[in-house]
Amino acid sequence: MTAYTATVTVRLKRGVLDPEAETTQQALERLGFELDDLRSADRFEVDLDAADADDAEARATEMAERLLANPTIHDYTVEVAEA
Amino acid sequence: MTVAIIRFGGSNCDRDALRALEHLGIDAEIVWHDDGLPADSSGIVIPGGFSYGDYLRAGAMAARAPIMDEIRAAAEEGTPVLGVCNGAQIGSEGGLTPGAFTTNRSARFQCEPVHLRVENAETPWTEAFEEGEVIEVPIAHGEGRFEVPDDHLDMLNDENRVLFRYCDADGNVTDETNPNGSKENVAGVLGADDNVAVLMPHPERASLPDIGPTDGQGVLLGFQ
Repeated sequence: MTAYTATVTVRLKRGVLDPEAETTQQALERLGFELDDLRSADRFEVDLDAADADDAEARATEMAERLLANPTIHDYTVEVAEA
Repeated sequence: MTVAIIRFGGSNCDRDALRALEHLGIDAEIVWHDDGLPADSSGIVIPGGFSYGDYLRAGAMAARAPIMDEIRAAAEEGTPVLGVCNGAQIGSEGGLTPGAFTTNRSARFQCEPVHLRVENAETPWTEAFEEGEVIEVPIAHGEGRFEVPDDHLDMLNDENRVLFRYCDADGNVTDETNPNGSKENVAGVLGADDNVAVLMPHPERASLPDIGPTDGQGVLLGFQ
């Protein structure tokens, strides 16, 4: 078994309204920053022991499917690296 | 024959639901989720609140509690299941109903009376009303914006599974009468069968004559 860190990034699907990101953008603009757009995402770093990177990725993907993301509104990516 | 009102850590509308059901003469009891679903439950309320601090997403944690397997099984057998507010978020997170309830368009918590147009009056939750009737019930949520892929929304419309839409006092459904940015002003939907329903507005808060309007009673009569 090898120690891995799986990084799961969860973001809203394109086209789904993100009022928190809009509010954050407005606050940045109030501070004087100029920007065109802003998107936010949630990032989870999962430490786990797995037989290989594929196994670690499969398990982290199932975590995303079953809890970390809501497939109705979210897309997600999974990246695996040896810890 | 008792309606089980499921209390999770952070539920806070459980006692309101109990009082409203008792007022209607419907036997009900509060059940701690970890004690499991009583075998003789004649109905299930998933009440409002802030279960598990809305961690991750509103309803996400409670929707993965073991009792949800029992609730899904009971729902498939035809037991009436009603999710209100946080209970609606739990129900959609738990796959009882389609779509998701997420951050209000305003990015604010909104607590206010709203008008709802009854879209389908041929369900246990709405048969006390007429189709097109306008009722007044309060909302109190920060994550009530109904999001659903367009093809699923078409399916919900085709199958007549939208229960209520946010409207004005005359029943007009417009963007101005949409308090939270929900797709097509949807305030409540049915599950796969009409014994399962979720809605963001609070019928239990509009059921006791002593404290105001009682339009919510009709929804709770779905347990009769």
